[in-house]
Amino acid sequence: MGTLAAFFILSAVTLIPAVVVVTSKNIVRSALALVPTFFGITGLYILLRAEFVAGIQVLIYAGAITVLILFVIMLTEGGTGIRIRQVNEQVPVGALASAVLAALLIWVFLRTPWPQGPGALPEYTAAQIGTTLLSSMVLVFEVTSLVLLISLIGAIIIARRER
Amino acid sequence: MALGLTHFLVVSALLFCLGLYGVLTRRNAVAILMGIELMLNAANINLVAFNKYVAPAALNGQVFTLVVITLAACEVGVGLALVMAAYRNLETVQVDRINMLKW
Amino acid sequence: MITVVLVAAVKSVALVVMVLLGFAYATLLERRLLARFQLRYGPNRTGPFGLLQPFADGIKLIFKESFMPATADRLIYWLAPAISMVAALFVYAVIPIGPEIRFFGATVSLYIADVNVGILLVLGASSIGVYGVILGGWSSNNKYALLGCLRSSAQLISYELAIGLAVVSVVLTAGSLSLVDIVNAQQRLWFVALQPVGFLLFFIGALAETNRAPFDLPEAEQELIAGFHTEYGGFKFAMFYVGEYVGIITMSLLVTTLFLGGWHGPLLPGPHWVAVKTFAFMCLFIWIRATMPRVRHDQLMAFGWKVLVPLGLLNVVATAVIVALVGG
Repeated sequence: MGTLAAFFILSAVTLIPAVVVVTSKNIVRSALALVPTFFGITGLYILLRAEFVAGIQVLIYAGAITVLILFVIMLTEGGTGIRIRQVNEQVPVGALASAVLAALLIWVFLRTPWPQGPGALPEYTAAQIGTTLLSSMVLVFEVTSLVLLISLIGAIIIARRER
Repeated sequence: MALGLTHFLVVSALLFCLGLYGVLTRRNAVAILMGIELMLNAANINLVAFNKYVAPAALNGQVFTLVVITLAACEVGVGLALVMAAYRNLETVQVDRINMLKW
Repeated sequence: MITVVLVAAVKSVALVVMVLLGFAYATLLERRLLARFQLRYGPNRTGPFGLLQPFADGIKLIFKESFMPATADRLIYWLAPAISMVAALFVYAVIPIGPEIRFFGATVSLYIADVNVGILLVLGASSIGVYGVILGGWSSNNKYALLGCLRSSAQLISYELAIGLAVVSVVLTAGSLSLVDIVNAQQRLWFVALQPVGFLLFFIGALAETNRAPFDLPEAEQELIAGFHTEYGGFKFAMFYVGEYVGIITMSLLVTTLFLGGWHGPLLPGPHWVAVKTFAFMCLFIWIRATMPRVRHDQLMAFGWKVLVPLGLLNVVATAVIVALVGG
């Protein structure tokens, strides 16, 4: 009962600011609304007993990515204080497409009989995540670190002022 | 009604579609990036939820969530660098005004 | 169930009161010590030795007129100081200040929660504090405030990396993400001896993270008036002030926990050792402010990215190799 109530509160904390993110006329406010959304998702991870992922979520999404987004908004149009139209002419089409997709997905989710797998989540997951990353998923790990390196170099080269 | 997999899937579907709406309707490139972030987070909720309810013995879902978070960080880094470059050269970040192939 | 909630609530309230008192006297400590370094007396008129000065300051700030720039973004202007203060106080949920003690016949642990990813929560909360600065600077709609907040967000993101890398090496050495376990792993040997480079990285990062001299660029008086809180006054300014000084206490407490063995030490009981070590670090913060000139912004960024981050990465790799060879 308690977990169900927690789930509904956390879903509201996730989804209501997410609506603000995609509809607000003020882009700084919509970037700011990302923060409670990410915190709600963190709470959902904790409900799903994924504490390590939850910690990383706060650290990377709420702590770094949103700050970076705010930073760029302020360096571009947020800092100049100009208010311009934020949406294009696709609003009705976009709303219809999103609503249809949502209805379709939810319909599929409700109809599918999901199998219940054997076993249970380990009590303390951080160590086992590390073991999985470096044993059966080592290729994924290496490729990800390569992508990280490439995007680091790419971001520096793209953002550098040409002399 | 007990808390089950379907609850999380429905929340993630709604979040994904909100992100999609943002991507389809926004003019500002940074706002489009924010929509993409919402969609990636929706996928992450799915991965973690499937991990807990369908295959709890292995932690593959959580590991993949970490990979997705890393790639999202890469994507934001490069994406924002592109936005800055576009703003410096064209003095706008509205994607429907960035319509020249060269300058 | 009820008693668990009650115990946690009592502990939280006691801790918040303690931290806020600590904040009040941290301001006094800084003013008195700074005055001594500069051969002045500092505030010594209010009460014996000026001990009532923080309360006088507090009363003055609360009763000041609460003004707001006409073009400010109202909601965010009000929210920013609150975020700054709450993020600073949140960290105390997971920092342990002592082992379990006997208290009126019941065993009470001197921490609110022993979370198994405690250190991640600490880092996350300290990165949430950035929002107070950024939003405060942006919403006041003042060019000095905006410049201050842009500088500070660049600085905080860069130095968070150094802190994160230092913490990773500590976590590797201790083999756990829980702060209680990390303290217990230092029973015989403090990590400052095993991780001297990590200690240095963490301390420099902590100076930058709390916007203290020599990294106090976000509020460089000579260039930016007061930086991000130029347009703030009265109680809202006091909340930013709480955020800054509680941040100093937090960072001192974290250095103590991660590198100086937390509550371990001879003779005195645990919490006393934590208090002594934390106090020593707070004095060090003030000493550095009285000694070092402010660095330039390009020097700050170059130092962060070209010295601290590579050094931190090397330290992590070296630690990992040694831990693997010794067998953890």
